[in-house]
Amino acid sequence: MIHALSLGGALGILWLLLSGIFEAWLLALGFGSIIVIVIIANRMDVIDHEGHPIHISWRALLFWPWLAWEIVKANIDVAKVILHPKLPITPKVLHIKASQVTELGHVFYANSITLTPGTVTLKLINGAMDIHALTPSSIEGLLTGEMDRRVHDVEGMADGTVEVKKNV
Amino acid sequence: MEMLIDIASWVLLLGGSVFILIGAIGLIRLPDMFSRMHGAGIIDTMGALMLFAGMMLQAGLTMVSVKIFLIILFLMFTSPTTTHALARAALDAGQEPIRDDDPTDEIELALMRELEEERKRLSKT
Repeated sequence: MIHALSLGGALGILWLLLSGIFEAWLLALGFGSIIVIVIIANRMDVIDHEGHPIHISWRALLFWPWLAWEIVKANIDVAKVILHPKLPITPKVLHIKASQVTELGHVFYANSITLTPGTVTLKLINGAMDIHALTPSSIEGLLTGEMDRRVHDVEGMADGTVEVKKNV
Repeated sequence: MEMLIDIASWVLLLGGSVFILIGAIGLIRLPDMFSRMHGAGIIDTMGALMLFAGMMLQAGLTMVSVKIFLIILFLMFTSPTTTHALARAALDAGQEPIRDDDPTDEIELALMRELEEERKRLSKT
């Protein structure tokens, strides 16, 4: 229930931001659309902690600025390699075990890796990842495991217990 | 003040264009499909981010800026997913990444990783 409410709230905010018109008729249309979408999403069984992960939202907001800075650094690194006359790439495929507990955490980590230029997640099966890395510093960044740790913190179950799926 | 914002926005717009150009050069220069994805990655992270940031500065505090911000948000969620789908499709089609490591190298890296985890565990207790 709480996930349905938060989905409806988020959609409402989105509607208001995108339309910016506060007439009764348009607001009513928006309200109707949101109700229909929430009902459809409910029937598709996608309103849960995975489809709408409100339990990680505020920690994700703290993580994103750090990720953005990592993306900027990685971009400059890969851009240098591309423009270098000798093209000094060291492509490798690394096998890494993600420390996150839930599937959502795995996907969060895999997507953060892919967003950072120089590393792309090729495969993700039960937290075992194949990662294609292009430059020496991108390989180093992966092996320090800092991003892994940070995403684990975002997931928010440092004690290693698996969160019980709650469909309230 | 207005001029400062204008200058900042132009720096961002031009910088974004430069990064998109670098990404395009990377798409041509890099040797195989998997390394070329990194070039494309520059375009849809740094290139797009800087262009959108420059546009937001031009638009100021308006609804347009909010919409541009939402575009950034959706792009950051969808682009890794499509990249992953592309990589999986290439792997399934039998593409092999060019790699300058050999399996022994990989075992070494895995060992390094394990050692580090062990060290972390020890330092915690």
